[in-house]
Amino acid sequence: MNKEESAGPPPSTTKPWNDPAVRSIFFQAVLLVTVVTFGMYIFGNTAANLEKQGIATGFGFLDTTAGFGIITHLIEYNESSSYGRAFFVGLINTLLMAFTGIVAATIIGVVIGISRLSKNWLVSRLAMVYVETFRNIPLLLQIFFWYAAILRPLPSPKNSINPIDGLFLNNRGLYLPSSIPEDGFTLVIIALVIAIVGVVIMTKWAHKRQDATGQQFHTFYASLGLIIGLPFLAMVVTGFPLSWEMPVLKGFNFVGGTSITPEFIALWVSLSIYTASFIAEIVRAGIQAVDHGQSEAAHALGVKSAPTLRLVILPQALRVIIPPLASQYLNLTKNSSLATAIAYPDLVSVFTGTVLNQTGQAVEIISITMAVYLSISLGISMFMNWYNAKMALVER
Amino acid sequence: MKKITSTVMLASTLAFAASSTFAATLDDVQGKGFIQCGVSQGLPGFSNFDDKGNWSGVDVDICRAMAAAIFGDSEAVKYTPLSSKERFTALQSGEIDVLSRNTTWTATRDTALGLNFAGVNYYDGQGFMVRKDLGVNNASELSGAAVCTQTGTTTELNVADYFRSNGMDYTVVAFEKSDEVVAAYDSGRCDVYTTDQSGLYAQRIKLKDGSAHKVLPDVISKEPLGPVVRQGDDQWFNITKWALYCMVNAEEMGITSANIKSKSGGDPGVKRLLGEEGSFGENLGVSPTWCANIVSQVGNYGESFARNLSVDPLNISRGVNALWSNGGIQYAPPIR
Repeated sequence: MNKEESAGPPPSTTKPWNDPAVRSIFFQAVLLVTVVTFGMYIFGNTAANLEKQGIATGFGFLDTTAGFGIITHLIEYNESSSYGRAFFVGLINTLLMAFTGIVAATIIGVVIGISRLSKNWLVSRLAMVYVETFRNIPLLLQIFFWYAAILRPLPSPKNSINPIDGLFLNNRGLYLPSSIPEDGFTLVIIALVIAIVGVVIMTKWAHKRQDATGQQFHTFYASLGLIIGLPFLAMVVTGFPLSWEMPVLKGFNFVGGTSITPEFIALWVSLSIYTASFIAEIVRAGIQAVDHGQSEAAHALGVKSAPTLRLVILPQALRVIIPPLASQYLNLTKNSSLATAIAYPDLVSVFTGTVLNQTGQAVEIISITMAVYLSISLGISMFMNWYNAKMALVER
Repeated sequence: MKKITSTVMLASTLAFAASSTFAATLDDVQGKGFIQCGVSQGLPGFSNFDDKGNWSGVDVDICRAMAAAIFGDSEAVKYTPLSSKERFTALQSGEIDVLSRNTTWTATRDTALGLNFAGVNYYDGQGFMVRKDLGVNNASELSGAAVCTQTGTTTELNVADYFRSNGMDYTVVAFEKSDEVVAAYDSGRCDVYTTDQSGLYAQRIKLKDGSAHKVLPDVISKEPLGPVVRQGDDQWFNITKWALYCMVNAEEMGITSANIKSKSGGDPGVKRLLGEEGSFGENLGVSPTWCANIVSQVGNYGESFARNLSVDPLNISRGVNALWSNGGIQYAPPIR
């Protein structure tokens, strides 16, 4: 025994080709070389064939003047901007649609999902009708429906609906006054930042106090008061340093102010409503996955219905809800590319639509677009995975 | 979705095909027995289908003429309706053999896309349509207007150039399909609908009340429309060019589908056109009576124009599309 121990483990008698570790490295190396060679072959062959067919290649086109207009642009853009700029305009429009759509779909979805479990017969049936209607109609049809529903009944700009001063609704969109900050407005922003910091500190203090004494603090109302009150106070002190630019009818259309196009509204409404019907079912499934004993136990301890839902049911349901919810967020983002049907200038419409046609560089443009969608989706995925890990049941 | 399909097809063709010069389209076409012709999704007078699914129009006639030249049968054509976004990819990827879809000949398209334009079958120009009750009489009064147009067209660029160079503001609302553009314009989303003037007249038929709209007199661009083929197949390029030239030459010589039977013999120019003299068909790689087949089955250029464009409800006059000998600019090299 002693002799063996000092000599270390006996020399391996396995041949290298029988060693699982060596074999796995070998096969992985072979696979890697194959994939890389295949990739290089495809790349080289594509370039050669493009050259042979006389189709222009390269990414130089991104610097050339685009020469076309885009209706919605959050960053500075005009006809003399480059194709690269047009790409960013489209990308930002896609991200805007994805973000606003996800927020709206989540809110509607959670409300409908909880309503489906309501003890009120009418509420739960209405929620069921909502879900079954909107998830069973193809999205493109819904987009056309909402677009027509918005466009048809609304009047022309000259006969705009004008419910309150400065707000105009017509078939060219919704026109709102836009605010222009004046001197002293920075103080209001500083007040808002202070309020937010205050809320964070207060929440921590309230938690500590509850842990120590068991006394609860009305954090919600206090936060609300801080966030609204403090900036408002600053506004009063500085004498309301905001001026409003009103939309005015000039010639054919309204000029000035902020406008939201009917295309944006139609796409946003249809994406939110459609995705919300799936989210509602996910929320319902998540809540029902929590053992009934949990709510019974909470009720037995004297916890009321609302805090039971908020403190006992939802935290456990979230574990079930988050992974499929992430898929719905990804779906919504990708579905936003249907924008091209109703003239909302998203990435697909602007970049793989107009730019591709003006330049004809299909391979480059489609590659860029696919890479962008992949990056957006991976980003959402990573965020949801992080949130999922954070919400996962911690076993003690 | 078709866009994506054909783009992916193009990508895979480019990536995997050992050689994709698309040589000898004629052999392929003769092998399968028909021409795959890319047309519009419905533009009256140019390429449009009736309730039985039959296609007609001056663009369709180019494809029928090519089929008549190759097979002696003008019906040996299958049609692929394409949006303006899809058209070039469909041609590059080999999904169609020829694109005859009111497509404007521009430098970029001719040089950077691997394509060749085989002549001009309609000289067009971009115009504007507005509602009569707007009280607008010419394009210079359109500052601040919302303009409906189609993505992926020269129209989109011309309108930008026009408004920019005249220092006027505008909002562009660009849709993928022409039907969507028309529907949006009709429901009042835009003040102005812009496309080629021929297209304006053609689309006006589709409006709820066509008489409430008018086409402004201004023409803001040159839009020579013609058939397109892939670059690198000169034989196919020649067949496409000469199918069109045959129709124009026939009109110039006064040969129509009605009188072609009685025209044989006599004038040497007529004899060459009808294939009784010379070896033009052989040189093109088609039958000697190629041009006679075209004229007898499809008609000459003037007949095609009159049948498709000069009738109710379009009533488009020949204008610049008249023969050069009648004060227009339609001119074909001679068959000799």
